[in-house]
Amino acid sequence: MSSIALQDSTLEVQGVSKNFGSNGSALEVLRDINLTIPDGEFTCILGGSGCGKTTLLRIIAGLERDYSGGVRLGNAAIEGPGLDRGLVFQEHRLLPWLTVNENVGFGIVDLPAAEKVERVRQYVELVGLKGFEGSYPHQLSGGMAQRAAIARALASRPKLLLLDEPFGALDALTRIRMQQELLRIWSAQRTTMVLVTHDIDEAIFLADRIVVLSSRPGTIKRVIGVDILRPRDRTSYRSIQLRKSIYREFFANEEVPEDYEI
Amino acid sequence: MSTPEQNITAYGFGKFRRQAAVAGTHVTAKRLRIPERLLGAIVPVAGLVVWEILSRAGVFPPNALPAPTVIAQTILDLARSGELWRHSGITLWRIVVGFVIGAGVGTVVGGLTGYVPIARKLLDPLLQSLRNIPSMAWVPLFLLWLGIQESSKISLIALGAFFPVYLNLSSGMSHVDPKLIEVGKVYRLGGLQMIRRVILPAVLPEYLVGLRSGLGLAWMFVVAAEIMGASRGLGFLMIDGQMTGRASVILASVILFACLGKATDFVLEVVGKRLLRYKTK
Repeated sequence: MSSIALQDSTLEVQGVSKNFGSNGSALEVLRDINLTIPDGEFTCILGGSGCGKTTLLRIIAGLERDYSGGVRLGNAAIEGPGLDRGLVFQEHRLLPWLTVNENVGFGIVDLPAAEKVERVRQYVELVGLKGFEGSYPHQLSGGMAQRAAIARALASRPKLLLLDEPFGALDALTRIRMQQELLRIWSAQRTTMVLVTHDIDEAIFLADRIVVLSSRPGTIKRVIGVDILRPRDRTSYRSIQLRKSIYREFFANEEVPEDYEI
Repeated sequence: MSTPEQNITAYGFGKFRRQAAVAGTHVTAKRLRIPERLLGAIVPVAGLVVWEILSRAGVFPPNALPAPTVIAQTILDLARSGELWRHSGITLWRIVVGFVIGAGVGTVVGGLTGYVPIARKLLDPLLQSLRNIPSMAWVPLFLLWLGIQESSKISLIALGAFFPVYLNLSSGMSHVDPKLIEVGKVYRLGGLQMIRRVILPAVLPEYLVGLRSGLGLAWMFVVAAEIMGASRGLGFLMIDGQMTGRASVILASVILFACLGKATDFVLEVVGKRLLRYKTK
C-alpha cells in the first residue's frame, strides 16, 4: 500500500481563486492560492472566520465547483469527491441510524465482507473505540463521535485526510486529548493530513507547516515551518515564540503582550 | 415510552420524596407512585360501573343507551351468529387494500416530489388544495363514478391514506439534513445509492408518522364509505342498527371500529419501533 502511496500523492493547489455569487457583485473568497503539500506531511491552514479556509478545504475535497485554478493529487486532477481523500467535518456527521461499526464501514466499497469486517475492526481500534462498536452516535460523547468520524474517513484508506476544524465543537480538555490522539494516528498511518483551524495553539502543536491565510479575500500570508520536535511542549519557549509571531500576523497594529519581564 | 412522564415525576417528586423520607413518611410517598400506570384506567372503569348501575336502575332508557353488559352480549351474539366476522372481515379487507394502494401511491408521488424539485413545484400546489376537501364531499362523486361496488369504497379509503403519506414523505425528503447528503457525496454515492443509504433512513421517522395518520384517515373514510352505500361491513352494521332501532348494535360497531383501528395501528407501531430501534437504544 505504502509503496503505491509514496509514489506520488503530493497535493498541489495551483492558482486557486473562488468567488461566491455569479455576477459582478460577487464576493471574493479566495485569491490565487498556491500550495504544495508533500506526501505524509501534516499541514495546518490557519485563519480567522470568513477567510475562506473551509472553502479551500472543500475545494480540495471536491465539494466546491466553480473555482478557477487547479488542484492535483498525485497525477490526477481533482474534479469531484473521491475515496482518495477522506474528510472530517466540524460536526461528526455520523449517520444516526448506523452503529459505530456501520458508520466506520460506510465508505468501504468493493471489499469482500470478511475483509471489510477486519478493516472496520482495525480502524475502530486505531481511534480507541473498542467496546463501542455497537453504539449509536447519540450514545457517544462529542469526542468519541469525532473519533468515529476520523475512523470512517480513514477506513477507505485515503491518500489525504482533510479535517475541517474537527475539534472546534469539543470542550478544551477533550480538544487537547483529541489533538494528541490525532498525532498518534498520523504517526501510525502516515497519511497526509490537512487540518483547517482558527486555533493558533492547535496549529503549533500539530503541524509540520502552518499556512496562514488572510481574510477577505483569503490569500496566503505566510507559510511557517514548525521545526519543533514531537512530542511538543505547548508551553515551551519555542512554542510561545512561534505563537507570538503568528499572533502578530493577525493583530499587527494592536498591542502585543510583552515577551520579557524585568 | 413512558420515560418522559416518569422523568417528570421523578424530578417533580424527587425533592418531595427526599423530604418525606426525612420526615419518616417515605411509605406514603412510595404508595403514591404505584398506581400511576393504572391512573388512566380509574375514570373509564368508574364511568362504566356508574353507567351499568344507572342503566339497570332504569335512569337511561335501554333503547337509547343500553348497559355495557348488554353491549358486550350483543358483540357475543354477533360473534356467535357469524355476523361479526362477516362485517369486520370485509371492513378490514377494504382497509388493507385501500391503505396499501393509497400508501403505495403516496410513497411514489411523495418520493418523486421530495427528490425532484420540479415535480414538487408542479404537483404540490394541486395536491395541497385537494387535501382540503372534506372526506364526505368525495363520497357522492365516487359513488357516481365507480358505482356502489367495492371499487368506490376502496378508492375512497385509498384517497384518505394517500395524503398523509404523501405530505410526510415529500416534506421529509426535501428536508433531509444537507450535511448528511454531503457525507454521501464525499463517499461518491450515486442517485439510487444516496436514496437507499442516506435519504430513506433519514426520512423514515416522518414516513412512519405519515403511514400511521394515513391509516387513521383510512378508518375514517371506511366509515363514510360504508355508511353511504354498503350491504356489508361495520359501517353498514351501524346503519342497520340505526334503522332497526338497536342502539346496542350501533355501540357494538363503534367498539369494534375502535378495537380494529387500534389493532391495525398497533401493527404499524410495532414495525416502526423495530425500524427506529436506534433512537431508543
